[in-house]
Amino acid sequence: MLAFVLCGLVYVFVTADVQETNQVKDAEGQTHAVEEERQWEATEVETNLSLTDTPSDNEADHVQTCDRPPPPPAKDEIQEAAEEVRRDSLETNIVDVPSDKVDHVSDTKKTLDDPPPPPEKDRFQEELVIRPLHSGDTYASFQFRTLWDTDFFRGNKVLYYQLFPKSLGQVISKFSVSELHISFTQGYWRTMQWGQPFLPSPPGAELWEWCQDTVTDVDIAWKELTNVLSGIVCASLNFIDSTNTVQPSASFKPLGVGNGNAFSANAVLPREIVCTENLTPWKKLLPCGAKTGLAVLMNSEKVFHSSFYSQALHITPVCQDWQCKSTAWELKRTLNVVFDLHSSGQGKREWSLFKMFSRTLTEACPLRHCGEQFELSPATPLLSQAVVLGDRRTYSVYDLTNQATFGQMPAESGDMLRPLLHGERYVAGYGLPTGEIHTLVYNHHTYRAFPVLLLDTVPWYLRLYIHTLTTPAIYIHYQPSKDRLQPHLLEMLVQLPPNSVTEVTVQFERALLKWTEYTPDPNHGFYVGPLLAVPSVVAMDTNSTQERPLFSSFFPCKEESSYFMRVYTEPLLVNLPTPDFSMPYNVICLTCTVMAVGYGSLYNLLTHTFQVEEPGLRCVPLL
Amino acid sequence: MAAIEVERHRGRLAALAIAVVVIAVGVPLWWKTTETYRAWLPVTQINQLAQLQLQLSVEVEVVFSRGTLTAEHQKKIDPTHTRLEEHPVDETTVLSYRYETRYRTATIMEEDALNQPTAAETDESLHLLSESPCGSVVIYVVPESTTLLPEGVSVYVGQRRTALLRAGRPMRVGVGLKEVLAHLETQVQQVLKVMSFSHSDITAALSDRVRLDYSSREGLADSMRAFKSSPGYEITFSLLNPDPKSHHLHWDIEAAVQSYIQPLLSKLAPVADFSLDSQILYYAVLGVNPRFDPSLNAYTLNADSLSHVINPVEARLGSSAASSNPVLNFLLYVPDARHSPLYITDHRKYTVVSNAFSSPRWGGIMVYNVNGTELPVHINIDMTRVMGVFLAQLRLMLGVQSSTPPPGFLVGPCGPAGLADWELDRLLWSRSVENVATATTTITSLAQLLDQIGNIVINDNIAEQVSAAVASLQLAVGQLEAGNLGLALQYSKEAILHSERAFFDPSLLHLLYFPDDQKFAIYIPLFLPMCVPILLSLLKMAAEARQRRRERQDKKE
Repeated sequence: MLAFVLCGLVYVFVTADVQETNQVKDAEGQTHAVEEERQWEATEVETNLSLTDTPSDNEADHVQTCDRPPPPPAKDEIQEAAEEVRRDSLETNIVDVPSDKVDHVSDTKKTLDDPPPPPEKDRFQEELVIRPLHSGDTYASFQFRTLWDTDFFRGNKVLYYQLFPKSLGQVISKFSVSELHISFTQGYWRTMQWGQPFLPSPPGAELWEWCQDTVTDVDIAWKELTNVLSGIVCASLNFIDSTNTVQPSASFKPLGVGNGNAFSANAVLPREIVCTENLTPWKKLLPCGAKTGLAVLMNSEKVFHSSFYSQALHITPVCQDWQCKSTAWELKRTLNVVFDLHSSGQGKREWSLFKMFSRTLTEACPLRHCGEQFELSPATPLLSQAVVLGDRRTYSVYDLTNQATFGQMPAESGDMLRPLLHGERYVAGYGLPTGEIHTLVYNHHTYRAFPVLLLDTVPWYLRLYIHTLTTPAIYIHYQPSKDRLQPHLLEMLVQLPPNSVTEVTVQFERALLKWTEYTPDPNHGFYVGPLLAVPSVVAMDTNSTQERPLFSSFFPCKEESSYFMRVYTEPLLVNLPTPDFSMPYNVICLTCTVMAVGYGSLYNLLTHTFQVEEPGLRCVPLL
Repeated sequence: MAAIEVERHRGRLAALAIAVVVIAVGVPLWWKTTETYRAWLPVTQINQLAQLQLQLSVEVEVVFSRGTLTAEHQKKIDPTHTRLEEHPVDETTVLSYRYETRYRTATIMEEDALNQPTAAETDESLHLLSESPCGSVVIYVVPESTTLLPEGVSVYVGQRRTALLRAGRPMRVGVGLKEVLAHLETQVQQVLKVMSFSHSDITAALSDRVRLDYSSREGLADSMRAFKSSPGYEITFSLLNPDPKSHHLHWDIEAAVQSYIQPLLSKLAPVADFSLDSQILYYAVLGVNPRFDPSLNAYTLNADSLSHVINPVEARLGSSAASSNPVLNFLLYVPDARHSPLYITDHRKYTVVSNAFSSPRWGGIMVYNVNGTELPVHINIDMTRVMGVFLAQLRLMLGVQSSTPPPGFLVGPCGPAGLADWELDRLLWSRSVENVATATTTITSLAQLLDQIGNIVINDNIAEQVSAAVASLQLAVGQLEAGNLGLALQYSKEAILHSERAFFDPSLLHLLYFPDDQKFAIYIPLFLPMCVPILLSLLKMAAEARQRRRERQDKKE
């Protein structure tokens, strides 16, 4: 129950130095960045720590180490220190122990409150990572994670929600969703300046879903789902229809444990503008709302006054234990903001929560439960190490209850890790009838080649000339468009050589739309969704019990060396031939006039007699 | 000059021919190409439905036990008796009730059952003997000296569809059969008013069709309390915890729903589909600041301020995203430590015992006070107490009327389901009538609308839905007349479904807002230059013809 370990503390992860970059040996290593994390760790006893071999040993270890105070961190013991946190926190949730492990825990159980509360089915964690970026901007990444322990693959009619929002739960059960991802992004993530984001998302709105194979009519279900979701998140997701929905065959893989062969659909709305009305319902999905906890910081006035804003919802089924005997729903709500503090702060490289959000943290969200609270002295930084996207960094954890630790950087931030992959895209050509889409995918790795899946969705009104497609692809899957029905879908498997630029070009012709099909501001242009590059090495880890900071687990992988990431290019803005919209009436008037003139002369010819005027005789009109 | 005359004649013919072509070909062509598609609707049947003649038939069985009817009477008694009541409600709606009463004497097994020590046991064993169909009522007439009924009670209404009726004084020997039956009739009428339907229930159910005048505010409030009939309901139990820091609440809603709510809902399954869920909302506060009452040493919420309580909570409840069925909300509010204990007071400033209130057609709110001096406090919520209140509110919201029985009536305890069979029947009667009324109103107003606005496209699927609705309505009315309550409800639900689907079909809106003036603005550049020469030549021809006739007349003279 309430397996919430109280961790009423606020940590600051300070990047002391980069221990090693697992993947990238070119590591311009010494990064000094301040990372802040506030974390409610809900740990379970089934936690599979990498240090020990068998779970039972593991267990024993935890129980023994329960009372040990965290050792003072030393540079070589960083790993150790991080583990200690985990062990300490483990003590509090021993109630969750599966029956076969009870012998290890029996004595600790006594120390718990009497009577023991019934088992809690939901768990909630929240986390904030703040990372100063190389460009001088500050990247704040919120993550709220709810685990809902319920039997979801069986038709359970009555549903009991605790920390999981009811509206989303109803969506899952009604539409038999097995995985759902929604993201709303405003602004473009500048990969070359900012490095790799924790979770990339395309500008505008993106929705992708897997549904279980029990769904009979997927088209209707998808249509209804988009309409219901647009109501829940107050967005124009109802504009998703068959013309912008694709069903990629290879590029998307479920992130959770769901059945892989079920129906999946993906749609991107690059036009979608994200604003406060999307944030308010998003906040409502949090169990504490915006009353306490980290969500207090989400001041829409500040959050939207930023260079980049992205909010997302991810619902995935995850494993509860390492053998995946039981599953649970995991709901991640993320919010990523890049603040341009450098320019607004008169060039000073400093930040504080108040400067960024105009708010400060007052109180923790109390929706977690724990027997004991462990405190860290403000003077003792706790170091934690995490590998995010192959970038192993060490974060120092400070107790932020002491406000004095705010606002200062231990050092100027060092060099950032150069992003491995990034993409660019533009439209070439002149004139309105035709054009050419250029896509460049960069591999900055010095010696490693990557096989990458490129997914390109082009709306039907750009008619691709597939014979002009130039690509070094090994494998191409192309699904042609149908006018007003379905978009082009192009999936390519490309091998990116080390330190190279790969170019994919294709020519297109612009179609003429019907006058009702134009958007309200047709001269602005039409958006074409971004290209998505997915490295095809995927060894997904669906075990949710792996203990690590939340920000490192967006795309959980089994090994640190092979990880999953997505790279989006910028969306395209293409001008289509735009008519004058008073044209229909003009055309009607013109046509009618022409008709009338033609008809009038014909009528005159038929009904009047024309004769040569003789002197003395007048032409007599017949009628 | 003859040539000119011939030419003139040819020109006249040409003008006429063009006019004929324009009128005979052009106009129909234009009409045909611009007309909106309107599928055929069963207009006459819809008009028939507008005049609603609703007949409700109830089968009543009156069983005389030993000692209530003399042998002579038994021979003379007419085994069946039909009584028809007619109540015109307004100019388009006529209600008539037909009571088919069958008289018989009790069988030996029934006599045995009637010899049970208590009325409740009798009721149970009678039920085991025979299952009476939905909507029917069985009345057992027991001797005046029976011990089954306590002193002063003349009627016992059981859990099922049976009632025990104490034989009145005039049933003694030596009284004519007529008087016996006449006396019995009035009592049976009373029983039927309780066990199947009363005229006021049925007229209340017709509120969609008929404008009713409520004599009192209470009557209006009563009529608005229950939810409208709907094919399904969503029931949501929400635990509001405004102070999760100091109150760690636990409610075993799963078990409570299983043991209290689910039996009622499975019994109500023929009425509608129910879906249940529960949620916990943190930091959800009521919209009103409670006032401190020093005399009670507690905070109070006055009945007047209760109407402001719901709105802020409503925003957090989360509308039902997945269906369009009405949602019944039941909120359990645990006041925060600073406003605790909290009591609801009525208009006379007395605290309400249940500490709960309900909002018509919305749901109910119950305040659950916890006392814990040291915070945080763990609370296991007593679900029996909570569910008792919620169950009562749920019955109210669903329209299960618990009207006070007339004097002399004893209503048996309702079973584990919380709903007696006859209560279900009452609900079914009023729901069927309500559905029929709603569906007829929907269909007739749709037909009226389509008739008035010629621009609306009527697609085939709409016509199909309308026909299906009309067919199900006719079936429902027929089943009500035949007394098959279950089937009548079934058909009336189908009728509602089809009629709503037709009424709210988005395709009806497509051409609705294409006004005539704009249409003609587009046509004029074509029509004006085409029609003016034709009209002019026709006028000129007419003038010439007139002149010629005058000349001819002049010549004659």
